[in-house]
Amino acid sequence: MAIDFLYPEYEIKRDRDKCICCRVCERQCANEAHWYDPELQMMMCDSAKCVNCHRCVALCPTRALKIVKTDHTFKENANWTGEHIAEIYRQAGTGGVLLSSMGNPKKYPIYWDKMLINASQVTNPPIDPLREPMETKVFLGAKPGKVEFNSKGEIKNNLPPQLKLEVPIMFSAMSYGSISYNAHESLARAARELGTFYNTGEGGLHEDFYKYGANTIVQVASGRFGVHKDYLNAGAAIEIKMGQGAKPGIGGHLPGIKVREDISRTRMIPEGSDAISPAPHHDIYSIEDLRQLVYSLKEASDYKKPVIVKIAAVHNVAAIASGIARGGADIIAIDGYRGGTGAAPTRIRDNVGIPIELALAAVDQRLREEGIRNNVSIVVGGSIRSSADVVKAIALGADAVYIATSALMALGCHLCRSCQKGNCNWGIATQRPELVRRLNPDIGYKRLVNLVTAWNHEIKEIMGGMGINSIESLRGNRLMLRGIGLTEKELSILGIKHAGE
Amino acid sequence: MKRIYVNEKWCLGCHLCEYYCAFANSGKDSMVKALKNVTINPRIRIEEHGGISFAVSCRHCEEPICTKSCITGALTVNDGVIQIDKDKCVGCYTCILTCPYGAIVPSDTGAIQKCELCINNSSGKPACVAGCPNKAIVFEEKE
Amino acid sequence: MLKEGQVRIPSGCAISGIISKSGKKINGERIVKSIATMHDRSNGLGGGFAGYGIYPQYKDLYAFHVFYDGNSAREECERFLDRHFDIINLSKIPVRPSSKITAEPLIWRYFVNPLPTKLTDSHLDEKEFVSRSVIRINSQIDGAYVFSCGKNMGVFKAVGYPEDVGDYFRLEEYDGYAWTAHGRYPTNTPGWWGGAHPFAMLDYSIVHNGEISSYDANRRDIEMYGYKCTLQTDTEVITYIIDYLLRKQKLSLKDAASVIAAPFWSTIENQPKAQREKLTYLRSAFPGLLITGPFSIILGFEGGLMALNDRLKLRSMVIGEKDDMVYMASEECAIRIIEPELDKLWSPRGGEPVIVTLDSMKSSK
Repeated sequence: MAIDFLYPEYEIKRDRDKCICCRVCERQCANEAHWYDPELQMMMCDSAKCVNCHRCVALCPTRALKIVKTDHTFKENANWTGEHIAEIYRQAGTGGVLLSSMGNPKKYPIYWDKMLINASQVTNPPIDPLREPMETKVFLGAKPGKVEFNSKGEIKNNLPPQLKLEVPIMFSAMSYGSISYNAHESLARAARELGTFYNTGEGGLHEDFYKYGANTIVQVASGRFGVHKDYLNAGAAIEIKMGQGAKPGIGGHLPGIKVREDISRTRMIPEGSDAISPAPHHDIYSIEDLRQLVYSLKEASDYKKPVIVKIAAVHNVAAIASGIARGGADIIAIDGYRGGTGAAPTRIRDNVGIPIELALAAVDQRLREEGIRNNVSIVVGGSIRSSADVVKAIALGADAVYIATSALMALGCHLCRSCQKGNCNWGIATQRPELVRRLNPDIGYKRLVNLVTAWNHEIKEIMGGMGINSIESLRGNRLMLRGIGLTEKELSILGIKHAGE
Repeated sequence: MKRIYVNEKWCLGCHLCEYYCAFANSGKDSMVKALKNVTINPRIRIEEHGGISFAVSCRHCEEPICTKSCITGALTVNDGVIQIDKDKCVGCYTCILTCPYGAIVPSDTGAIQKCELCINNSSGKPACVAGCPNKAIVFEEKE
Repeated sequence: MLKEGQVRIPSGCAISGIISKSGKKINGERIVKSIATMHDRSNGLGGGFAGYGIYPQYKDLYAFHVFYDGNSAREECERFLDRHFDIINLSKIPVRPSSKITAEPLIWRYFVNPLPTKLTDSHLDEKEFVSRSVIRINSQIDGAYVFSCGKNMGVFKAVGYPEDVGDYFRLEEYDGYAWTAHGRYPTNTPGWWGGAHPFAMLDYSIVHNGEISSYDANRRDIEMYGYKCTLQTDTEVITYIIDYLLRKQKLSLKDAASVIAAPFWSTIENQPKAQREKLTYLRSAFPGLLITGPFSIILGFEGGLMALNDRLKLRSMVIGEKDDMVYMASEECAIRIIEPELDKLWSPRGGEPVIVTLDSMKSSK
C-alpha cells in the first residue's frame, strides 16, 4: 500500500565513470541491492534493500561506490522527526514490535568523553613503557580478606579461584547462533593468543571449541541453551547472565532462521525454532535464589572456577551488585545501556538502562562503603570504544573490561545494525554458509589480536604518563580523572573532581 | 619456491582476483582505464559450481608438461617460474591442450598467456593474492 | 587557599634514620645534624623526627602527642580522653621558642592507658581500641590532632626547616635507640603542622620521600578497613597500609614489603616454586595495596627500622653501617656528617627492604 512506502534512509551512489561492471557488488550483497542489466550493460541498484553495511563499498576495486544519507526529507519538525514518522508507518503496517540490533545509538551523554586523564609533571616522573616494565596483568576473582598461616607460620594459599588476564580486556558474551562459527573461532583463537578470555554467550559451546576451554567463559542464561555438565566444566569460569545492557529485563532472542543444524545441536533445540530466552531465570525470582544457582554451579564445577554474575546497568544497580557480592559471586559483570545485541526490541534498546560509567562509579563506591569491594572483581562492558575508555573505566574502579562491539568491528562489522536479519555480509551475524565463509578466522583472529595489542600498548603509554607501572595502581584511582562539562551531581556520582580543581 | 595456492574453503566467488589479474597485466596505470567497457581475459579464473568456488592459475609444476609440448621453445622454466616468450610463440596451442589444469589460455594477440606470478608486470607481486579479500589465494612456501 | 587535608599536595623531601642494634642510646642531636646536611632538599615548610626508646620511664603507656588550635579543642579532647583512658601524666611538650618557628599550636603530651571497662566493652584488642580512638579524635574533634600515639616512642614535627624543628623541640634532651627524620619540600602550600612528617599510628612511624601515583587507589582500598585518610598525604596512607598488613594481617615486614613494592610479574615467574607461589599470592591477594610511583620510606617500629624504595627506585636512598650502627638516608652526606668512617655503604635495589632490628629482639624470638 502506498502509505507504507518509505523512501530509503541511505542511497547507494555509483560513479558510472569508474564502474567497470565487475559485479563484485552484486555477488557480495546478500540483500540483493545490486544487479547487472545486460540490456543496458550497466550495474543497477535498489537503495531500499541496502542496509548500509559497506561490503560493496569496501570491495569495489575502482572505488566507484559510496553510501550517502538521503536528502529526501519530511517537512522539518523538531518534535515529529522523520524517524518517528517512519516507525509509525511501519508499525501501522505490520502491528509488530520494532526490532533492532547492536547498541543504543541515541544522543545520550557519553561520560567517557567528559572525563580527562592526568599525567605526571615535575614532582613525579612519568615512566617510559619502552624502557621500563609496565604491567597490565590482572587477576579476577574474590580476594581472601584474611591471611591465614599454617602451623609452621607459613602463609596458606587461601586464594579463591582466579582468572589470569594478560591484558585487562576480555571478549564479552556473544552466542554461537547470534554470531557465526568463524566469528567464534576468531574470538577463541585471539583469546588464547592474547592470554585472555572469550565468552560463549548463551548458546552453548560448539564441540570444535572445547579445546580453547582454558580461555573460555561459559555462560548460563535463562534459556539454559546448551548447558550440561561437560559444558560447565569446559571453560575457565562460568557466567550467569541475569541481564544484558541492550535489553535489560528481557531474555535473548535468536530468530529461527539462524537456528541451523549445528546451532540446533549445540543449543540442544530443534532446527528452525526461535530461541527466545525467558525474561527471568525461572529458578531465580530473588537474590537468595541467585545465591543458590551460584553455589549449584560451584558444586557442579568442584569450586575450581570463578562464577561471574552479569547484570544490566539499571537504576538501582549499586544495591543489586552489593547483593550479588554477598551472594557468592566471584566476579560481577555490568553491561551498560550502549551494549550491543544481535536482536532487541528497539524501544527497549533505546530507552531502558543507564550509562555504564555512572553504574560502574556507583557500584564501586557502594561496595567500598560496605567494605566488600575485594570480595568481587568488577568487569564492565557496554561500549568500550578505545584504550582511553579502558583506562577511564579502570580508574573509576573496574578490574577489567568486556568488549564485543569493538571486537566485531575488528572482524569487519560496519555497525549497520541489521544482525536480526541474519544476512550479515561480513560473515559475522549470520548462519548462511556462503556468508559465514566470508570471515576467514585466520584473518579475523589476527585482527582481534592486533586490536587488543594496540590498545594494550596505548594503555601502557597512558599509565606511564601518570607515573603508574602496574594496572592495580590504576584501579579505582579516581584522582587520575577530572570531569569536563559535568554538573556537580554528575561529578559526585562519578566521584571525581572537575578539571581545574 | 613460493607458489600461489588456493583454498576453496575461503573462496567467496567474488571474481576480484580475475579483475586484479587483468589490470596488473594490462600495462595501464588505472583499473578504470584498463577495464572499463572491456571483456576481461585474465590469467586466473574462478571455477564455480553448486556453492563451491576456487581460483585456477598456473601451478608452476616442477615437471611441467607444457614446456615439453612447446614446439618453439617459447615456454621455459626460469627459477621455477614457467614463463612465455611471446615473440617465439606461434600460437599452436599445444600447451593449452596438454595443461592438466587448464591454466593456459589464448591471449588477445594470438600468442598464449599464462600466470607468470606478476614478475614482469606493474604489480611485481601476485596481484590476485593482494586483491583477494579473504586470503583464499595465498603466495607462500610449502612442503 | 585550601589547607592540607582539604587538598592533596605533592612534595619532595629528605629522609634520614639511625639505629643502634645493641640498643645503645643515641642523642637527638645526632639525627638533627644528619638531616640538617640535606637542608636544600627541604624548603622550610615541614620538618620532623621520630625517636624510639625515648620514654623509658613510661614505656608501658601510650604517649599521645597532640596539636590543638586552641583551648576549647583541648578541653573537648581531654574530656574524650578522660572518658576512655586512664591519664597517668599530662603536660605541655617543652619547646624552645624561636623566630624560625611560627604559628605554633598548643602542643600537649599525655601518657595514657585505655580504661579497662571501656576496653572490655569495646570488644577490641588494646591496640585497635587506641587506634580507633585516635582516628576518632582526629576526624571528629575540630582543632585537635593526635600526631603520635605509640609506646616508648614519640614524634616531633612542625612547619620549618628540620634543624630548626629539632632545636624548637629540644631534641638534645631525648635519647633513643633509633631515630628517623624528615625535611619537607611541598610544592604549593603554606604548610600545616599536622601535615609534616613523620606520620605515625601506634608505634609505626613513616618518613617518606616521594609522590606516589597509586595514591587514590591505595586510599580507597585502605579506607575499606576502618582507616580514614584525613590528611590526603602519601605518608598517611602508607602508614595505614603498613599498620593493616603488619598488625591486622600479621604479615612479616618482608612480606608486607612484597605487597607494597611487589616484584614485577616477570621477576616472580623466575623465582623457585615456593617463593613464586607466595609472591603470587601476596600480589593477587592485595592488589589495591601495591604502591607505584616514586617513594623512599623509613618505617620506624618497636625495636627496629625498615627502609624501602619503590620498585623502580625513583628516589635516592643509601644505607651505611658502622659497628652496631645502621644509617639510612636520602644522601650519603647525611650519613658521613655523623659517621665519616663507615664499614659498609650501599644502595638497596628498588623494592628490596632493608630491615634492621634490635639484637635483643632477635634473641627473644
